Amino acid sequence: MPIREAVSEVLRARIEGLEFSEFRGRTRVVVPAGRLLDALRLLRDECGFDFLADITCVDYLNYRGARDRFGLVYQLASLASNERLVLRVPLNEPDLVVPSATGLWEAANWLEREVWDMFGIRFEGHPDPRRILLPEEFTAHPLRKDYPLQGRGERHNFPVLRRRDA
Amino acid sequence: MAIELPENVVVSKLDELASWCRKNSLWPMPFATACCGIELMATGASRHDLARFGAEVFRFSPRQCDLMIVAGRVVMKMLPVLQRIWQQMHEPKWCISMGACASTGGVFDTYCVVQGIDRFIPVDMYVPGCPPRPEQLIQAIIDLQDKIQREGTLTGAEFELSQRQQPKRALLELPILGQTPQYR
Repeated sequence: MPIREAVSEVLRARIEGLEFSEFRGRTRVVVPAGRLLDALRLLRDECGFDFLADITCVDYLNYRGARDRFGLVYQLASLASNERLVLRVPLNEPDLVVPSATGLWEAANWLEREVWDMFGIRFEGHPDPRRILLPEEFTAHPLRKDYPLQGRGERHNFPVLRRRDA
Repeated sequence: MAIELPENVVVSKLDELASWCRKNSLWPMPFATACCGIELMATGASRHDLARFGAEVFRFSPRQCDLMIVAGRVVMKMLPVLQRIWQQMHEPKWCISMGACASTGGVFDTYCVVQGIDRFIPVDMYVPGCPPRPEQLIQAIIDLQDKIQREGTLTGAEFELSQRQQPKRALLELPILGQTPQYR
């Protein structure tokens, strides 16, 4: 269901530069990267969105009609009122940095590491900014659309064991 | 020169005796990472009963095993683990690559999935299928037993054959990260 009028009123009054839209009953808000942390804190502390469901990202390279390269997506939920809200942050190279939300939700820790791992978006102030899924020595961010599906030879870069070695 | 043997004495070669013992007590190491592992379990369960072929003792310590069954796709983050487990197993040891993914990468032709474990560890038997039926795995174990009986030696000399040491042609042509592929 769409979020309450009161919530969107508060958001509009306190954060500038927001774009609201609605799709199949789900409210989406586009936030500039500079106001992301303010918007998240406002939503958590004053609008009742106490649950961070997911942080993920979309690469809009070569996407029809896209203005920005990346769309960083925050899925928020309110456990009390059962509302859900999608926050979207447009990002472009070379400025792929957003403030970390780990200070607001502990759950953001691994989610942000995954977005860093797969898309190469840096979260400033993250307590442990390592890769989470891929090996540490991996050099690319493979969910970007310009990364070849079969990789750049990473999967062949291992010692070969033969019978005489073991 | 004629030596009278009693009827209950059998004469054989030591190599054949050793191979006979080895082939009838294969202890599998279940390296099951995906749905092939379910078929592997079914193979060990009562309906298909791998114990009929002396290979029912699944051990989860590589030091107690001599047959590695790789059942499922192996991702590149898992490959060092696979190689380490293979190295920890005692000689003589064999490897069955079970299913399309372990043998070729299967449908997972992506940056993170190893395209056939035989590129990185030696493999004796390949089982096709997605996943293979238990009968196919049993057939592979029977074929492996035949191979052990046919080629096996007490000292493991069959593992030293020069033709086995040749790297595969596909392996030579694989691109390595940071290098241009060299076609020989």
